[in-house]
Parts: sequence; C-alpha cells; structure tokens
Amino acid sequence: MFSNLMAWIEQRLPLMDAMNKHAAQYPAPKNFNFWYVFGILASVVLVNQLLTGVWLTMNYEPSGDGAFASVEYIMRDVDYGWLLRYMHSTGASAFFVVVYMHMFRGMMYGSYQKPRELLWLFGMLIFLVLMAEAFMGYLLPWGNMSYWGAQVIISIFGAIPVIGDDLTLWIRGDYVISGATLNRFFALHVIALPLVLVVLVFLHILALHEVGSNNPDGTNIKKPKGSVPPEEQSKFAFHEQYTKKYDIVDAIPFHPYYTVKDLVAVVIFLIIFCGVMFFAPEGGGYFIEAPNFEPANGLKTPEHIAPVWYFGPFYTILRIIPDKLLGAIGMFGAIIALFMLPWCDRGVVKSLRYRCTAHTVNLIQFAICFIILGVLGTLPATPLNNMIGTIASFGYFGFFVAIWIYSKNEKTQPVPERVTGK
Amino acid sequence: MSNVPVNNGRRRFLTAATSVVGGVGVVGVAVPFIGSWNPSARAKAAGAPVEVNVSKLEPGQLIRAEWRGKPVYVVRRSEEILAGLSAHNGQLKDPDSEKPQQPVYATNEFRSIKPEIMVALGVCTHLGCAPTYLKGNFEEQVEGVTDGFYCPCHGSKFDMAGRVFQSVPAPTNLMVPEHSFPTEGTLLIGVSGGEA
Repeated sequence: MFSNLMAWIEQRLPLMDAMNKHAAQYPAPKNFNFWYVFGILASVVLVNQLLTGVWLTMNYEPSGDGAFASVEYIMRDVDYGWLLRYMHSTGASAFFVVVYMHMFRGMMYGSYQKPRELLWLFGMLIFLVLMAEAFMGYLLPWGNMSYWGAQVIISIFGAIPVIGDDLTLWIRGDYVISGATLNRFFALHVIALPLVLVVLVFLHILALHEVGSNNPDGTNIKKPKGSVPPEEQSKFAFHEQYTKKYDIVDAIPFHPYYTVKDLVAVVIFLIIFCGVMFFAPEGGGYFIEAPNFEPANGLKTPEHIAPVWYFGPFYTILRIIPDKLLGAIGMFGAIIALFMLPWCDRGVVKSLRYRCTAHTVNLIQFAICFIILGVLGTLPATPLNNMIGTIASFGYFGFFVAIWIYSKNEKTQPVPERVTGK
Repeated sequence: MSNVPVNNGRRRFLTAATSVVGGVGVVGVAVPFIGSWNPSARAKAAGAPVEVNVSKLEPGQLIRAEWRGKPVYVVRRSEEILAGLSAHNGQLKDPDSEKPQQPVYATNEFRSIKPEIMVALGVCTHLGCAPTYLKGNFEEQVEGVTDGFYCPCHGSKFDMAGRVFQSVPAPTNLMVPEHSFPTEGTLLIGVSGGEA
C-alpha cells in the first residue's frame, strides 16, 4: 500500500530521485575536516531564525509608538517570549560566526576557484542579504541604538553625489527615521529578504551539487570516465547523474556518512548556542547593546555609537577614511573585493596545503586584520584606534592585491592525484 | 524544426516589440511601488514650521528645538565668541560658507540673520549624529578655541558658527535651516522672512 503510494508519487514528481541525487547518492569527498561543518550549521541557524522570527511577529507591533513596548511585552508577559526573542537575537550573531567561518574555509581551500566561481558569488549574495537582514532587524526593537545605528547607516547613502539626499529621504520615508522607516524595514525583514535568502540558499546548494564539493586537498574526485580501474573507484553507489560522465574516487555518500558527522557538529554547536542564549543572551553588550534598553530618541545620540560586532570590520573601514564619500566607497569596496576574489586569484592550485608560503602568510595576515578591524568597530574612534585601523585596512585590501600578484607565477607543490586523508 | 516554415524577421520583430511593450509595462508598474516609499502626506504635514522664544536666552546658552523630528540648536553667542570667530579661519574646511549649507540671508561671517543668535541643525553632516555642545571646554579638541561642537560618533568638530574643522570626517558645515524673526524675540524655524 505505502510502496504503491510512493511509486504513484514518484511517477508524477521524482522526489526519491531528487533525495538520492542530493543526499543518499551524492558523492562527497571522504576527507572533509572540521571546517566543513559550517554550511550545515548555517542552515540550522537559518531554520532557527525563520521559525523564531515567525513566532516573534505574532506579538510584535511594528509601529513607532508600539514597537519598543511590544518587545518588552514579549520579554515579560508572553509565555516563553523571552526564549523566542533570545533564540532569534543569539541566532543573528551565531549566523555571522558560522558564515564567517564558512567563508574562511572557502578561502583556505580555494573553494571559490574555477569551476566554483558562481557558487562563491551566490554565497556572497547570501552574505549581502544577510547583512541587510541583520541591519533591518536591528531597527525593529526601536531602542536608541537601533535608531541611531540606522541613522548612521542610512546616512551613508547621502554620500552619493547629486541624488544622495533625496535617496536617504526615500529610504526613510520621512525627514528623520520614524515609524514609516520602521514599518518598511519590518516588511522587508520578515517577508521580502527572507524569501530572497531562501531562494539564494537553494541556488547555492544546486550550484554546489552541479560542480561538486571541493575538499581540503583541493583535488578533483571526479575523474574522466574510464580512466580509473574499477577496484580503485569508490565502492559506493552514486546517482547516475554523477557516474554517467565520471569515475568517482575518494568519495562517500553525503547521507548517511556526513549527515551523521554533521549531527555531532550540530549538537556541539547547539550546546554552545544554548550556553550563550541562557547565560549571556546580551553577549556582554555585543549582541544586544546597552543603549537599546532605552526607547528610540531622535534628539539624544548615545555617547558611543557602535554597530553590532559582525559589522565591525566594515564599519571601521568606513570611519577611518576622513571623507564621507571615500569612506562609503571603502566600505562597499571591502565587500566588492570579496565578490571579486575568484578573479583576483589567478592560481590553479586550490588548497593552501600546496600553495606557496606567501599565500599562507597572506591568508593569516588577512584573518588577523579582519579581526582587528572587527574589534576596532566596537571601540571609540580615538586617533590611536584610527591609526591601527588604517594599517589593518591596508592589510585587508592588500590581501587581494598580493594574491593577484603572486598567484600569476606561483611556485606551488605538486597536488596529489588522490586525497591524502590528513 | 528546420522544415517548419518560419518567417524569422517577423518573429524577431514580434519578440522585440513584445519585449519593449512588456518593459514599458514593468516600468509603469514599478512607479507606485517606488513612489510609495516617499514621505507620506502626513509626514510632510508634520514638517510644519516651529516657533521658539529666544528673548530669555542667556549668552552662551543653547536650546534644542525640534523641527521635522530633527534637533535644531539655537545659541546666543557672546561678544567675545563673535569676535573670535575669524581667528581660526585657517583651520576650517569652508570658512567663508561657500557650500550651500545655509540660506542666502545667512551666508555671511556669522552664518546667521542676527549675529548673536546662531541657528543650526544639530545633525552632524557626516552620518547624522547630534554633536555635543562643549561650552568653555572645547580647547581639548582644538587648541585656542574655547567653545564649539564635537560629534561623539566619529569625532567631527564644528565652531560656534557651525563651521567644520579640517581633518574630520564631516564634509560640510552644519546646515542652517530656513528661519526668520517675525518679532524681536521669536524665532520661526522652517520659513524664511517675507514668506510667512
């Protein structure tokens, strides 16, 4: 009876076939390491954000008069409201932690290189939409830091010559940030951007499965058809979409092998996540900032405006440049540079294991500069901080210039034919 | 397909014509969606002029008026301050108010209608924070200048005429809104003289 039903569905919509293609018979390299869990973790956080977000809208009131009070109402009077809100706010920070790790993995193992450029671009678009989501979401509690943070970020668009002022007026829908701004941000935050985000994640995974997963050795696990003797091919059955054209080596099916491995990572992640959520939901003032416990006040700027930590690196680049337009260009340039990475890197060897020493050094200095910029973004703009920030910004952009130079005639080590299992 | 009689020229024309008409339709449909983001009639109406009584303002005192939701700083400047304004012209980005950050009638040495009354938006021209009024202790920001405005967000500095100092992120002087004095002691923010 049940198998008949399944067959009936399968003839009309090949669900099992799709499951096999993307999970049970998807060939994943057998040498994935720790760094390969962050994609799954990002999906887990996405589900968390969508679910808790829907539940929060049930009690949230998107209006200038009611927003702040309704968030307090959720925190105090709604059963488990505090938990749902902290799941959502901690989830926002967790999202950026895992996404930054996920991106760094891609940079270490050259997962953005040919043929995975489009995969990287979809990933970067996801990152961009995620930043917009986080920014608009941060306005919704209508606290004083929400208000002034939005004021500062929207004013950046005023740096655009000629149309700047009209553009900021159009974005705000009022002469200052007001209930009109709050309502449109709410609409975008809960409907428009999540839809875009889900579609982009879908495309990201489709693009990944089309070209196949990279691995820490940067080797190709899909060999030309007929080039590998049967005893050396992977012993598992893979979907014919992959085996039709290629001989698969060093691969295991994504399900159950990696689903089980990822489950361990998910459990560890959730333990840490719950630790933060229950014991430090404000993240020491970095996840929810102190001035945000006061209602928005358009006449009173908080002493020290700091963005939430995950915007720190880009915010520092914005403010170390003593010119409004150039500062905005620098900030957006930092993101555009990441988009361009597949074309900045002219190398053919993917993994840093087999690339020149300069590449490892460059990658390490990039990571250090990124962290320094992030820390500075949360600190006041003193002359010393600005000087350190300037140096770190040079390090950030220098990464892309340097990789373009040394990757042309790079002295690399031989890449093994098969994965090393290290 | 190759044996089907097809008039390729006509097909191309029809495809192009349909695309163009469709494109015009998309632009037309986009108008209300984009237009609805403009300030509503209610928001525009809330931008009405604001009246401030300045007759009781002490020298050096600052009052904040609210106009269109933005803070407007009104300060009565003392004789010493007015006299000292031109002393630091060399340290300013736009000492002569050449950029259109003020109405024509305030394009003068003091950036005001009456020399002693300064009217300026308390909105930093960098990214819109409200600068802090440092009365008498501005010297830790700029040597030799006793009073001024300091933006806590990104360290922009302005003098007592709202003029921006060099080497700070703010690009222009503080905005002087349209204003007028219908009677001796009343300041009307948002309307120029002769209009009201």
